[in-house]
Amino acid sequence: MDILSLFIIVPLLTVLVLVFAKGLKQSRIISMIGSIVQFGMAINLVFAYFRERAVNDDIMVFTKDLVWFKQFNIHYNIGVDGISVALLLLTSIVVLAGVFISWKMKELPKEFFVSLIVLSIGVYGFFISVDLFTMFVFFEIAVIPMYLLIGIWGTGPREYSAMKLTLMLMGASAVLLVGILGIYFNSNADGGPLTFNILEIAQVNIPFEAQKLFFPLTFIGFAVIGALFPFHTWSPDGHASAPTAVSMLHAGVLMKLGGYGVFRVAMYLLPEGALHWSWFFIILSAFGVIYGAFAAIKQTDLKYINAYSSVSHLGMVLFALLMLNKTSWNGAILQSLSHGFMTALFFALIGMIYGRTHTRDVTKLGGLLKVIPFISAIYVIAGLASLGLPGFSGFVAEMNIFVGAFEHDDLFYRIATIISVSAIVVTAVYILRVVGIMLMGPVKNEAFLNLERVTWYEKTGILLLLIPIVGMGVAPLWLSNMILESLEPFIQGVL
Amino acid sequence: MDFSNFLLMRHEILLLAIILLLLVAEIFIPQNKKSSIVHLAIFLFGIHTVLGFLSLDESSLFGGMFRTNNLIHFFKNVLNIGVLILILQSADWLQEKIVQQQRGTEFFVLLFSSLLGMYFMISSGDFLMFYLGLELSTLPVAALAAYETTKRKSSEAGIKLILSAALASGTSLFGISMLYATSGSIYFNDIIEVITSTNLTLLGVVLFFAGLAFKISLVPFHFWTADVYEGAPISVASYLSVISKGAAVFILMILLFTVLKPLMHIWENVIYIIAIATMFIGNLFALRQQNMKRFLAFSSIAQAGFILLGLISGDQLGTATVVYFVMIYVFSNLAAFGVVQAISLKTGKENMNDYEGLYRTNPNLSLVMMLALFSLAGIPPVAGFFGKFFLFTAAASKGYYLLVFLAVVNVTISLYYYLLVVRAMFLRTSENAIPFFKSKLYMRLGLLITVIGILVLGLYSPLYNYIYELSSLFN
Repeated sequence: MDILSLFIIVPLLTVLVLVFAKGLKQSRIISMIGSIVQFGMAINLVFAYFRERAVNDDIMVFTKDLVWFKQFNIHYNIGVDGISVALLLLTSIVVLAGVFISWKMKELPKEFFVSLIVLSIGVYGFFISVDLFTMFVFFEIAVIPMYLLIGIWGTGPREYSAMKLTLMLMGASAVLLVGILGIYFNSNADGGPLTFNILEIAQVNIPFEAQKLFFPLTFIGFAVIGALFPFHTWSPDGHASAPTAVSMLHAGVLMKLGGYGVFRVAMYLLPEGALHWSWFFIILSAFGVIYGAFAAIKQTDLKYINAYSSVSHLGMVLFALLMLNKTSWNGAILQSLSHGFMTALFFALIGMIYGRTHTRDVTKLGGLLKVIPFISAIYVIAGLASLGLPGFSGFVAEMNIFVGAFEHDDLFYRIATIISVSAIVVTAVYILRVVGIMLMGPVKNEAFLNLERVTWYEKTGILLLLIPIVGMGVAPLWLSNMILESLEPFIQGVL
Repeated sequence: MDFSNFLLMRHEILLLAIILLLLVAEIFIPQNKKSSIVHLAIFLFGIHTVLGFLSLDESSLFGGMFRTNNLIHFFKNVLNIGVLILILQSADWLQEKIVQQQRGTEFFVLLFSSLLGMYFMISSGDFLMFYLGLELSTLPVAALAAYETTKRKSSEAGIKLILSAALASGTSLFGISMLYATSGSIYFNDIIEVITSTNLTLLGVVLFFAGLAFKISLVPFHFWTADVYEGAPISVASYLSVISKGAAVFILMILLFTVLKPLMHIWENVIYIIAIATMFIGNLFALRQQNMKRFLAFSSIAQAGFILLGLISGDQLGTATVVYFVMIYVFSNLAAFGVVQAISLKTGKENMNDYEGLYRTNPNLSLVMMLALFSLAGIPPVAGFFGKFFLFTAAASKGYYLLVFLAVVNVTISLYYYLLVVRAMFLRTSENAIPFFKSKLYMRLGLLITVIGILVLGLYSPLYNYIYELSSLFN
C-alpha cells in the first residue's frame, strides 16, 4: 500500500467502523483513533518527504498512477510536493483538534462524526490529486457534507446558511467544471493525447485564446471557496451558523482548497491567461482584503468577526498568488497554513466561550480573563498571531507577501499593495477591540463568575493548534524551504 | 426459411411467452390464491432478465425490418433490469390493492406488452416496425395510468396520456410519410443513401422528432407529464419516467446518428435550443412542487434536457455517454420512486412536508432517498456525477461550451430542489413524522438493487469502457 492512498483509506475505514458504532462514546473514540492515526501518518509523511526529496528530483514524489476511465484518459493519479505535504499536515491537525472539540456532541453523534470524516476524505484527496478529474471529484466530496453539518448541527438560521453555502460552492464548482473541460479539450494543443494530468498539461502550450476564456472560469470556480470578493457572502453566514468543529475545519482547511486550486490549476496550467486577467482579480482581492477587515470592525458577533477576518486574510492569499513572484507565492502558502491554524484556534475558543456563556455578542461579554483565564490567554495569543506580530506564524507569511508585492514597481501594483497592507492596521483595531471589551475590564454578568473550567479535551485541542502557530513563527525556515523548493516548477512554468 | 434466425428475437419471444403463460395461469389459479400471480410474474421475469445476458449474434430479420446488435441487446438488458426493479417495488402495492380487485394479471400483461413494444421499437430497421413498436409501447401504459379506477385523478391521467400520445404518434406518422415521400423507402438503410435537406424532408424530420419528443417529455411537448405522473399509480409513473423515456431516448439517438446523420447540421440546432428550454423549464417548475410525484416529474423533464447534451455530439462518445447516463438514471430515478412508493403505500402521504423528520424515524429509507437525489443531482462519488460529467464532456468535445455552461447553471438550480427534500428528511424534526415501518421483502430487494447500482455503476469504470466499445458502430 502506498503512503498517500492511506490518506484516503484510513478515513474511509474509520467511516465504515463508525457506521456500526453506538452512541457518543463509541463514535468519538473511533473518530479519535482514526484521526490520531491520520495525524501520525502526516508527521511520518513530512519526514518521508524530506528523505525522498534528497534522492528524487521529480516535481511530485510518492506518485502512483492507475488508469480509471481509459477513453477519457482519466487516471487515479496521486503525488505530493512540499506544498501539499504542508497542507496535509494542516488538515490532519485541524481534523484531530476538531474531534477533540466535539467531544460532547449530543445530537446524532455518529452521523456528525461520519460527515466530518467524509469531509476530510474530500480534503485529503484534493491535496494529493495530480489528475484534474480526481481532484474535482474530491472537491465536491469535501463540499457536500457541509450541508448536513451546518443544517443539522448548526445554530441560528442554519437552514438558510447551509443552503446558501452549498449552492454557492456547488455553483462555483459547476463553473469550474466548464473550466476543467476547457483545459482538457485543449490539452492536445501540442499534438499529444487529451489528458487530465496536471503535470502533463503544464508542458503543453494551450492557445492564448483558450487561456483567456478558461482562466476566469477556473479561477472563480476555485476562488469562491477561497472567499473571493464579491463571492464571499456564503462564508460569514456559513461560519456563524456552523457548529464549532465545522467552523474550524471549514475556515481552517476547506477554504484553503481555493487558494491551492487557483495556484495548482488555474495559474499553473493557464499562465498566459493569468497574466492577462491578473489586474482584474488583483482589484477584487485587494478590495476583499480591506473590505473584510473593515466589515470585521463593525460586527459584534464573535463568529462574524472571525469570518470577516478570514475573508480579509484569504483575500491576502489570492492577492499574493496574483503577484506572480516567488516571494509572494511563498508568503501565500505560508499565509494559508498560518491562517488555517489560527482561525481554527479562534473558532475553537469561540465555541468554548459560547458553550459556557451562551452568547457570542461581544458587548455582553466582559472580564473573561478573570473567570476563564486559560481560554482568554490563548485568545490573546491567537489575536496577536492574527495581527501579524513577529514570533508568530502570521508575521512570517505577511512579511513575505508584501515584500514580494513591492517587487513590482509600476503604479497599479504599488497602489494595490498599499491598500492591502493597510488592512494590517485595521486588523489590529478589530482584534484589540475584542480583546479589550471581552477579556479585560470588570465581569459584566454575575452568571459568568462560576463558569466551568477548561477540560482536558479542550486543552488538547487548543494545544494541537497553538504549537504549530508558535512553531511556524519561531522556526519558519524548514517549512519555507520545503515550499520554496516546490515552487521551482511553477516559477519555470508561469514566469 | 431458417427458423433458427428467430433466435435473434430471443428477448421478444421469451417475453411473449411470459405474457401468454401469465394469461393461462390467471385461468388456472384459484380465486383465493390470486396473489401468487405476483410471485410467478416476478419469478418468470427474473429468469427472463438473467437469460437476457446470454450473448446474441448481430444480424437482421424480415428483410431488414428487425435488426439487433450488441448495443441494442445491451440496452434491452438495461430495460429488463429496470422493469424487474419496478415490479419488485410494486409487488406490495399489487398484492394489497390490485389483486383484490381481480386485476393483478392484467397489470403484468399490459406492462410486459408495453415493454415488448419497446423491444420492437429499438430493434426496428424500418419506420413501419418503429411505428408498430411505438404504438404497442404506448397504448397499454394509458390503460395502466388509469388503473386505480376509483380515483378521479387516475382516470384523468389515463385520458390525458392517451390523447397526447395519440396526437404525438399521429404527428410522428405524418412526419414519416413525408420522409417516405422524399426518399421512396421506409427502410432506414435505404433512406440514409438518398436523404438530402429538402424542405419537405426537414418538415418530416421536425414532425417525426416532435412525436418522439412527447415520449421523452421535452419542452414544449411536456405538458402532459406532471399531471399524468401525479394521477397515475406510482409504479406507472416511474415506468413512464424511466423505462419509457429511456427507450425513446435510445431510438431517437439511433435514428439521429444513423438515418438522419446527413442532416446533422440542422437537427443539432434544434437539439441545442430544446436542450436549453427543457433544462430551464423543468428545473424552474420543479422548484415549487410540493407533491413528490409532480416533483419527480419535473425533475425527470430536466434530466431529459441533460441527455440532449450527449445527443448533440453525434458520435461514438455521445452514444456511449447517453447510454451510460440513461442506465444510471434508471437506477437513480427508480430508487427515488421506490421510496415514494413505499411511503405512500404505508401512509398514503405523498407531499414533501410529510417527509419532515423522516431520518429520525426511518433512517434507511431516508438514506436511500438521499443517495438517489444526490445521484440525480450529480454529486460524487455516486453514479449520477459520472453520468453527467461525461454527458458534458461529450457536448464540450464539439465545442459547445456555452451549452455546457448553461447546463451547469441548471445543475446548481436542480441541486436546490433536491436539497429541499434532504432538508425535510434530515434537517427538520416533526411531531407527526411518518412512524417507523418495515417494508416487505420485495420492496427491500428492489431498493437494495438500486442502491448497489447507484454506488457501483459510477466508480466501476470497465462498465463504461464496455459501453464505449459497443457504441463503436456509430463512429
